Amino acid sequence: MLWLNVILQGVLTGGLYAMFAAGLSLIFGVMRLVNIAHGDLIVLAAYVTLMATTAFGINPLLSLIVVVPAMALIGYALQRGLLNRTLGDDLLPPLLVTFGLSIIIQNGLLELFTADSRKLQAGTIEVATFQVTQGLWIGLLPLLQFVIAVAVIAGLQLLFYRTALGRAFRAASDDQTVARLMGLDTRHVFALAMALSLAIVAIAGVFLAVRANFDPTIGPARLIFGFEAVIIGGLGSLWGTLAGGVILGVSQAIGAQIDPGWQLLAGHIVFLVILALRPQGLFPKVSG
Amino acid sequence: MSRVAHATPSSRVGVTLIALAAIALAAAPAWADRLTLRLLAEMFTFVALASLWNLLSGYAGLVSVGQQAYVGLGGYLLFALAMFGSLHPILAIAVAGVVSALVAVPLAALIFRLRGAYFAIGTWVMAEVFRLLASQVSALGGGSGISLPASIILAMAPSRTMREFEIYWLSLGLMALVLAAIVLLLRSRHGLALTAVRDNELAAQSNGIDVWRLKFAVYVLTAAGTGMVGALIFLMKLRISPDTAFSVNDWTAFVIFITVIGGIGRVEGPIVGTMIFFIMRQTLSDLGSVYLLILGAVAIAVMLWAPKGLWGLVVERFGWQALPLQRRLVLADSEEKA
Amino acid sequence: MSDGLLDVRGIDAFYGDFQALFGVTLALGAGQVVAVIGANGAGKSTLLKCIAGLMHPRAGAIAFAGGDIGHTPAFEVARRGISLVPEGRRLFPSLSVEENLMIGGQSKRPGPWTLARVYALFPVLAERRHMPATALSGGQQQMAAIGRALMANPRLLLCDEISLGLAPIVVRDIYAQLPDIVREGLAVVIVEQDIVQALRAANHVYCLQEGRVALAGAAASLTREAIGAAYFGV
Repeated sequence: MLWLNVILQGVLTGGLYAMFAAGLSLIFGVMRLVNIAHGDLIVLAAYVTLMATTAFGINPLLSLIVVVPAMALIGYALQRGLLNRTLGDDLLPPLLVTFGLSIIIQNGLLELFTADSRKLQAGTIEVATFQVTQGLWIGLLPLLQFVIAVAVIAGLQLLFYRTALGRAFRAASDDQTVARLMGLDTRHVFALAMALSLAIVAIAGVFLAVRANFDPTIGPARLIFGFEAVIIGGLGSLWGTLAGGVILGVSQAIGAQIDPGWQLLAGHIVFLVILALRPQGLFPKVSG
Repeated sequence: MSRVAHATPSSRVGVTLIALAAIALAAAPAWADRLTLRLLAEMFTFVALASLWNLLSGYAGLVSVGQQAYVGLGGYLLFALAMFGSLHPILAIAVAGVVSALVAVPLAALIFRLRGAYFAIGTWVMAEVFRLLASQVSALGGGSGISLPASIILAMAPSRTMREFEIYWLSLGLMALVLAAIVLLLRSRHGLALTAVRDNELAAQSNGIDVWRLKFAVYVLTAAGTGMVGALIFLMKLRISPDTAFSVNDWTAFVIFITVIGGIGRVEGPIVGTMIFFIMRQTLSDLGSVYLLILGAVAIAVMLWAPKGLWGLVVERFGWQALPLQRRLVLADSEEKA
Repeated sequence: MSDGLLDVRGIDAFYGDFQALFGVTLALGAGQVVAVIGANGAGKSTLLKCIAGLMHPRAGAIAFAGGDIGHTPAFEVARRGISLVPEGRRLFPSLSVEENLMIGGQSKRPGPWTLARVYALFPVLAERRHMPATALSGGQQQMAAIGRALMANPRLLLCDEISLGLAPIVVRDIYAQLPDIVREGLAVVIVEQDIVQALRAANHVYCLQEGRVALAGAAASLTREAIGAAYFGV
C-alpha cells in the first residue's frame, strides 16, 4: 500500500512536470526555439502571484485571473521585442540570449525579493485529502493540479489541430516564408505562441508557489524537469509529454522513498537510461 | 612551390607583442605583489576555460552549458588523488585531465543523441548528475564539502611565497599549454576541417569530413583541458564543495559571457573577453546581483548587435589578426617575383 | 496593353552583390493573363518574389491597384490581394489538404472563392481532403497549391513554374481550368519554362534574358524566331 501511495504521489507530481514541459514543447514545436529561461519564467510567475496575493489579498489560486494575462503579455512583448530577433538558422543566438535572460531574471528577482524562501498559502485545500480506498489517500491540491495539467494539454491539442490559430502555428513552423505568403504576420504568430507558452507557465508558477518553497534560484531545476519530461515522452507529442512528466514524477517519488538524497538522481538516471535505449522518446512524433 | 602562408603583417606584430607579454608575465613574481599574482592566476584560468569553451562551441558547434561538470570533476579528482593517492598536486592535475577525458567518452556517446539546444540542456543535466553524485561521496565531504589538508599544501614548496609563485607559474603554464594546443590544432589539417564544420556542416560532410568523429574528439579533448583547469582552480581555492565545484554561474555563465563579449569563433576572443570581464568585476562587483544582471544584459546586447564580439568588430574594421591563423595560398611564381 | 492593376516600372533586384534584374518593366490589367518566359536564371522567379514582397527592389517602383508595394512586407502584400503559388508547390506538410486550403483563406478577403468552389474546380482534392498534403501526387499537390492561393480571393495570381516536374497531360488538365479561374476578372502572371503552354494560355508575353526584358508583346503577334532569339539571346 505504501508503494501504491508513493506511485500515486509521483503520478500527480508528474502532472506539474508536464505543465512545465508543455510550454517548452509548444515553443520548440512552433519556432524551434528552446527557451533556457523557461524555468526562471515559472519562478517569475510564482513571484507575480506573490505580488498579486499581497496586493489584492486574494487566494493564490484565484490570482490566476491576474497572473495568466500578465504573463501572457510579458511573453508577447518578450518574443516581439527580443526573441524574434534571434530566430534563424544559427542556434547560438537564441540559446545565448535566453541564457542571458535566465541570469537576468534570477538576479533581478534576487534584488527585488532577496534569496528568502517563500511559500504561498492556499487555505484548507492544501491539506485536504480524500480516501480513495483502504489505505490510499489523495491530496486534493495535487489532484486538482493533475486535472488542470491534463486539461491544459487537451486544450493545447484542441487549439493546434482544430482552430485557425493552431493552423497558423503549424504553418509558420513548417515554412515561415510561405506562411507569410498566406497573409500571416509571422512575428505576430510567434509572439502569440510565446504568450500562450507563458500563460501555461503562469498556471505552473501559481501551483509551484502554493505547493512548495520557492526562491529566485530554483528556475534551472524546473527547466531540467520540463526538458526531461519532453525527452522521455518524445519530441512533438503533447500527450507524450504528459506521460514523460508522469514517468519522471514516479521515478523521483520512488527514489525519494528509497533515500531522500536520491530523489533527483533517480529522475536523472531514468532520463539517461531512456536517452540511451530509446533516444527518440517513448511516443515521438517528429525528429528533433 | 606553392605553399600556405599563415602570417599577416598584423599577426607578426601580434606574435611579437604576445612574446613580450609572455616574458613579462613569466617574470611577474619579481614585479607584482601577492594580490596581483593571485588575480593574474585567476585570470589565466578563465582564459583557459573560455578558450576551451570557444573551441567546443564556437568551432565545433557543440554549445555546452554543462562544462562545469568537468571543472568540478577535475577539482574533486585533485582532492581525491592528493588526499588518498598521495599524488603530487601537479601530477594530480595531469591525471585529472586524463580521467576527465575517459569520463567524457561514454558521456559524449550518450548526449550526442541530442541536438542543438536540447544537447545544451543535456550537458546541464549531466553536470547536475555529477553534483548530486559528489554530494553522496562522504569521503570527500558530501554535501558540505572539504578543505585540502595542510600537509599536502606544505608538501608543495617550503615557503608560502614559493608556493604562491609555484601556483602562479602553474596557472600561466596551463593557460599557455591550452592556448598553444588550440592554436596548433587550428593550424593543422584537423583545424581546417573544424573551421569548415563551423562554417557549413553539411558542406563539410559532403567533402568527406567525418563530422561526428571530429566533434567527438573535440569534446573529449576539451573535457580533458577543462578537467585540468578545474583541478588547478580548486588547488588554488584550497576548499571544494558540490555547489562551488559544479556552479553554473561561475564556470558556465561567466565563461560564456567572456567568450561572447570577447568574440566567439576566434582565438583572441576569450583573451579580450577575460580582460573586459575582470575590469567589469573590479569596478562593479560591489553591486552583487546587479552586476550579474548587467553582465547578462551586456551579453544579450553583444549577441544581438555584435555577434562576433568585440574582437570580431576589430577584425572587421581593421583586419587585424593577433595570431598567425589565417590561410593564404602563395603561388609559386609570385614568390619568385618577390 | 492596358495597365491599371499591376505596374512594375524599371526595377533592379539584387541577391547581395549579384544583380538579378535590370530595369524590368511589366504591366497588366484586370482579367489579363501574362506569361513570363526565359531560361533558367533569367530572373523570372526573382520578378515574382519582388511583386509578392518576398524581396524588395533596390531601384524602380511596383504599383498595385494604385498603391506602391515596392517596400511592403510579403504578408501585407498578400492581404492586399496578390497571391503567389510558389515554385515547387511548398504545401505545408503538417497540414491536411483541406487545412492547406483553409489557411489560404486566412486573410479573409471577400470574393467568389470558397472551399466548395475550389473542390468544384479540382474534384480530386475533395476526395483527399483529409490526407496530409504531402501524400498527394505531384499534379494533385500543384492543384492544391493553386487552390490554396485562390482561397485568398486575390486580384492578382502569380504562378511560379506550375508545370515543373509534372506530366504533360497533368499540366494540360491544370491549364484547362484557367478560363474558369479568370472568369471574375482575376489577373494572372504565369512564369513558365513550357513555352508552348505559356503562349497558349496568355494574352501577353514577356521574355526575360539575364535579368532584362528581351521581348514583350501580344502572344498572338510574336513569331517563333523572335521568341527563340529573345530566349537565348542570340
